[in-house]
Amino acid sequence: MFAFAVRRILQALMVMVVISLIGFSIKFAIGDPVRDLVGVSVSVEEREALRDELGLNDPFLVQWVRFIGNAAQGDVGQSFFFKRPAMDVIISKAPATLELVLVSSIIVVVFSVPIGIFCAVRPNHWLARIFMTLSIVGVSIPVFLTAILLIYVFAVELQWLPSYGRGETRLLFGFWESGLVTKDGLLHIILPSIALSSIMLPLFIRLIRAEMKEVLETEYIKFARAKGLSPRRVLYLHAFKNTLLPVITVGGVQLGIMIAFTILTETVFQWQGMGFMFLEAVERSDTSLLVAYLVFVGVIFVIVNTVVDLIYGLVNPMVRISGRK
Amino acid sequence: MKRLIVAVLAAALVMAAGIAHAKTLKLAMDADPVSMDPHVQLSGGMLQYSHMVFDPLIRWTKEMDFEPRLAEKWERLDDLTVRFHLRKGVKFHSGNEFTAKDVAWTLDRLKKSQDFKGLFEPFAEPKIVDEYTIDIVTKEPYPLLLNMATYIFPMDSEFYTGTDDSGQPKDAIVKTGPSFANVNESGTGKFIVASREQGVRTVFKVFADYWDTESPGNVSEIVLTPIKENATRVAALLSGDVDFIMPVPPQDLDRLRGSDKVKLVTMTGSRIITFQLNQNRREEFKDPKVREAIVYATNNPGIVEKIMKGFATVAGQQSPEGYLGYNEALTPRFDLDKAKQLMAESNYPDGFTVSMIAPNNRYVNDEKIAEAFVSMMAKIGIKVDLKTMPKAQYWDQFDDQVADIQMIGWHADTEDTANFFEFLLMCPNKETGYGQYNSGNYCNPEVDEIILASQSETDTAKRAEMLQKAEKIVYDDAAYVPLHWQDLSWAGKPNLQIEPIVNVMDFPYFGDLVVE
Repeated sequence: MFAFAVRRILQALMVMVVISLIGFSIKFAIGDPVRDLVGVSVSVEEREALRDELGLNDPFLVQWVRFIGNAAQGDVGQSFFFKRPAMDVIISKAPATLELVLVSSIIVVVFSVPIGIFCAVRPNHWLARIFMTLSIVGVSIPVFLTAILLIYVFAVELQWLPSYGRGETRLLFGFWESGLVTKDGLLHIILPSIALSSIMLPLFIRLIRAEMKEVLETEYIKFARAKGLSPRRVLYLHAFKNTLLPVITVGGVQLGIMIAFTILTETVFQWQGMGFMFLEAVERSDTSLLVAYLVFVGVIFVIVNTVVDLIYGLVNPMVRISGRK
Repeated sequence: MKRLIVAVLAAALVMAAGIAHAKTLKLAMDADPVSMDPHVQLSGGMLQYSHMVFDPLIRWTKEMDFEPRLAEKWERLDDLTVRFHLRKGVKFHSGNEFTAKDVAWTLDRLKKSQDFKGLFEPFAEPKIVDEYTIDIVTKEPYPLLLNMATYIFPMDSEFYTGTDDSGQPKDAIVKTGPSFANVNESGTGKFIVASREQGVRTVFKVFADYWDTESPGNVSEIVLTPIKENATRVAALLSGDVDFIMPVPPQDLDRLRGSDKVKLVTMTGSRIITFQLNQNRREEFKDPKVREAIVYATNNPGIVEKIMKGFATVAGQQSPEGYLGYNEALTPRFDLDKAKQLMAESNYPDGFTVSMIAPNNRYVNDEKIAEAFVSMMAKIGIKVDLKTMPKAQYWDQFDDQVADIQMIGWHADTEDTANFFEFLLMCPNKETGYGQYNSGNYCNPEVDEIILASQSETDTAKRAEMLQKAEKIVYDDAAYVPLHWQDLSWAGKPNLQIEPIVNVMDFPYFGDLVVE
């Protein structure tokens, strides 16, 4: 386990270096941040002076080495737009995104497991057919369209739910700005979390159904049934447990995709999370914030992948020793 | 579950109804003021903010006249000097008294601001006559002194003097880092910044000691939320989550016009959209017949009608109506037959191929307009290779003049015709900075001469004549391709009296907003 951890950390550092390099190449292509900081009529010399001041005129490698040097000391730069350290900005936006992802994940788990199992066990039931049809529709509608539809139906037409933002938030533990502890905040999270889960939910239903069906055909299930175990026990303990493995793997991979979809969802709902911040930073060419965010996401990915590997091992000890890439 | 949702919603509605009479204005704009320091950037968002929290010496009316604010009256003493008589008994948010010293201090700070220093370059040291009288002096006779006075939002000199906790001077103008003025304000405006989370929301509370007690405005709190996504901003208004939005995206105008839940207000704007034909890159564009043919072939009424959905005003010149240089005689020139004939008479009757760039997220429908232009040019034998890109990448390409035809929109910071010429049409000159955005490289010494002379002509009638003449020359030269002026739009709940507070500069005077 120790060797595994060391290897992981080294791997993570390598990933960080590569990501920061990629981030810096993007930074040079995305445009000039100074354009967004000054009015249009500001003279060329003034702009040049500001660029010098920000160190933007230095060559690629000089800027990159400076960044790595500072990052090693925990400083990933200053956001041009927010006029604050980039890490502070990202951390202050993280609760919004994590809460959105959390609620969506709960929705996905709560609905996909029973529906998936049901569709596997009773594939010809009319309800199962409806679920399957709906899931195809769900997968194929883009998130932003779902989001806009939800807003128009539930916010504009029915006026049941708020259309944008996080609503009232409260500070928890001194650093976590939470919307989950106020009524207003909870009302605000309903539509965005449904929109975000609209892609994952059908995917997981189909995945669980397919895996479950396969497992139900295996010899050991037949054997368990033949032994006279209760159908419930066979289904939930023996069959479902083995279904979980691929589902967890895919889930880990999907988490990355989830982050991409969060960007769209957050933009449409004006949800003040990291995805929204990212997109705005691109538009404003707030390049220092962009690079910091890419590195930050890189760290998250490495951690998530490690955790997924560990859970994998816990669920099925057989894969702990071998078969790891 | 459904019942639970309904119950929760009902509770929320009751709560919302309870606070409705406090006259809170929930405002959604597409952008957020970037800072609490009014001098950190010259942009629409910052000026809108300045009009809420600070107050100018004088301000524009709807009819493009000046009206007194912190200056009660003013008089021109000589060619260089205008004397401003300041309002007495005005308090800053800090409690300090507003005097002439603050005006002089603010003017001095404006000259240090990267964004404003260019505009305030013509100004010399002001003379404080007494506590409530100040002479604002220019180095040369300067006709736009009053226009510039609308940008003087006096700041509390005492409040911004000294050093902050980190040892930085409090008056430092810092663009990308923390500073005292970026997070603290003391102006004389109707609203105080009560809380602010940049990019998320800003809450303004009414200032109890505000001097203007005659204004009918009755808003006591403004909650500003920037909502960038067009569809979301409109949905927020339609669902009642916000009371007022600006701007309204053109594709939703009809929908809002037809709705009885909201009131829509639109107005002709002063931002001109144009194409520049680079004469340095293309020999063909040096031929006046070719340029004229292109202008005649450009169906700008069609663009306004079809692409802009009527939400723009067709232009034949740069100056919108109301500007000094607006020349009534210069009408839009779309005429395809004439264009074909001009093309045949030119040195390039068989046409040619050119390159073109345009942004795709800077101006309203910019990409669609550029695409329409490509097909219009095809009709007179000019093949255009168009490339569009986001504005973050566009401006560097624009400056490098990478294409033969480039799109640019311009709004005059000075609300004056000469500004269009100085940036877009005067001969490019690195030293003076004139022609900074003249990627067409049009250069006509006569135009330069007129514009330079107009800069020190304080006789308004004479100056108007000069500027109108300049418009006529570039019109006859077909120096560039004028398209339209973008319209402005605002929408709010029917109980808001929007019309009296909006103007062509797009700084709604929220202090005067009446909520019924």
